[in-house]
Amino acid sequence: MSGADLAIALADLVAIGLFIYGLHDLNSPATARRGNRLAMVGMFIALVSVLVQTLGVGWWAIAVGTIVGGVIGVYAALKVKMTAMPQMVALYNGAGGGAAALISTVEFYVSRGGTVRIDDVIAVSLVLSAIIGAVSFAGSIVAFLKLQEVMTGRPITYPGQQFVNALVALGILALAGWLVVTLGALPVWAFAALLVAALLLGVLFVLPIGGADMPVVISLLNSFTGLAVAITGFEINSTLLIICGALVGASGTLLTILMGRAMNRPLTNVLFGAFGAHGGMEVATGGGGPQQVRSASADDVAIMLAYAGKVVFVPGYGMAVAQAQHSVKALADQLEKRGVKVAYAIHPVAGRMPGHMNVLLAEANVPYNQLLDMDDVNPEFPTTDVALIIGANDVTNPAARNVPSSPIYGMPILDVDKAANVVVLKRSMRSGFAGIENPLYEMPNTSMLFGDAKASVDALTAAVKAL
Amino acid sequence: MTDASHYVSLLTVLVLAVFVGFEVISKVPTTLHTPLMSATNAIHGIVLAGAIVIVAQLFGAGANSTLLTVLAILAVTLGAINVFGGFAVTERMLQMFRRKEGGK
Repeated sequence: MSGADLAIALADLVAIGLFIYGLHDLNSPATARRGNRLAMVGMFIALVSVLVQTLGVGWWAIAVGTIVGGVIGVYAALKVKMTAMPQMVALYNGAGGGAAALISTVEFYVSRGGTVRIDDVIAVSLVLSAIIGAVSFAGSIVAFLKLQEVMTGRPITYPGQQFVNALVALGILALAGWLVVTLGALPVWAFAALLVAALLLGVLFVLPIGGADMPVVISLLNSFTGLAVAITGFEINSTLLIICGALVGASGTLLTILMGRAMNRPLTNVLFGAFGAHGGMEVATGGGGPQQVRSASADDVAIMLAYAGKVVFVPGYGMAVAQAQHSVKALADQLEKRGVKVAYAIHPVAGRMPGHMNVLLAEANVPYNQLLDMDDVNPEFPTTDVALIIGANDVTNPAARNVPSSPIYGMPILDVDKAANVVVLKRSMRSGFAGIENPLYEMPNTSMLFGDAKASVDALTAAVKAL
Repeated sequence: MTDASHYVSLLTVLVLAVFVGFEVISKVPTTLHTPLMSATNAIHGIVLAGAIVIVAQLFGAGANSTLLTVLAILAVTLGAINVFGGFAVTERMLQMFRRKEGGK
């Protein structure tokens, strides 16, 4: 090992150490920023090390790609609204998966020229990372389109869907096996066909999954990309890629399982049992005609809030869509000025990502200690005067507790129905992502305040101020 | 070192990294899950290093195919989007957390 090689190996070791330590720092809000910074430093060291190894070969191509990609990535990251963060993570993840697939593609075609030696392990790695990377790329794009509401967030299903998906998967396996066995002697289109089939599988795989389950899917695709990167490490003989990819693959898998557990739905259910499309369909469509609800004016609700002892805000995706977090904070300030005790109930899957609500409310400077997790806040509801639900739906649905035929039966929910009064801010009577009616709205102590969440909250703040 | 033992040692590294990944991450509270996902997403942006290697390999071999050159540059671009965008978006999310703590 020459001195240069040693320096590079040691630099990689330092980078890996920084990644692991950075991830460790992400355990706590107090050190999380330092963790991200450490990981950035690690990435910088790793990239410099790899640039040194290229000895400047192909430098202009590397520079063009890095600058263009870097500018796009950073610009988008700085411009994106806080509400759209989950989609951005999906897009960046898709980019990583696409890069892994392209690396394999280039490697495959270069190897046909005979200048690069390919053994069995590399052949298998090429094919695997191309497939997984392409699935992650296409799946992430569909997840992005669903969350951005470019396409419907509802599950897209058709008869024989599982069969078609299985067929595509089998086709990919057959093609992959053929590629590995006869590598080099294949028609040029074979690898391209593999990529196209994998892209198709990625799309088909995410289509039947509803918007409410998207966080789980993005997390899973994140771990897919990690896996693809780890396998790419075998292709180019890089422990750096293997370790980073494995770290992400493991964490993504774990996070996916944790999210599934928070919704009390086994992962297989999320992925293969299109939400609202199985057994308890009668509940989903609600055979009993339109729901009977009581609608209230902003002035009525303002009085209720102003003279309450304790108010719990229950934010959901509606708050994110309406960008209402600052208005919510303003209303909370008004109430606190009047001596009302204020707290926020955060369901683990409220919004579209775990922590989505925390991030938004933090942006509005809501004190950390007012944000209560589900387990902490549920015992509080029986002594709460008003539970103010801002654009949350499925996570407050009591059917999850007492209607065994409901598709969301067993999912832990916020027990808002136990509060003395429930006020629901909602755009319309449209059902939530799960497509399930919410019996909460028909309860005698529930009032509905229809309209855009931000406009409604602003109206409430003005009305409270005027009292 | 033979090829086989080389790959076995790479596999060992992979398996150990998986265990580290599980251990280091399993303690993260729910509130940090989104930033965590975003940070791990940025870390697999190391794929950029792979893309850089492949460009160097391609040019080292003559780079006589325009299509492959374009694909390799595209790989670098996507990798760069992943790594730079990933870290920037994570940083933005975590800034929210800092302000929150400041307001306590």
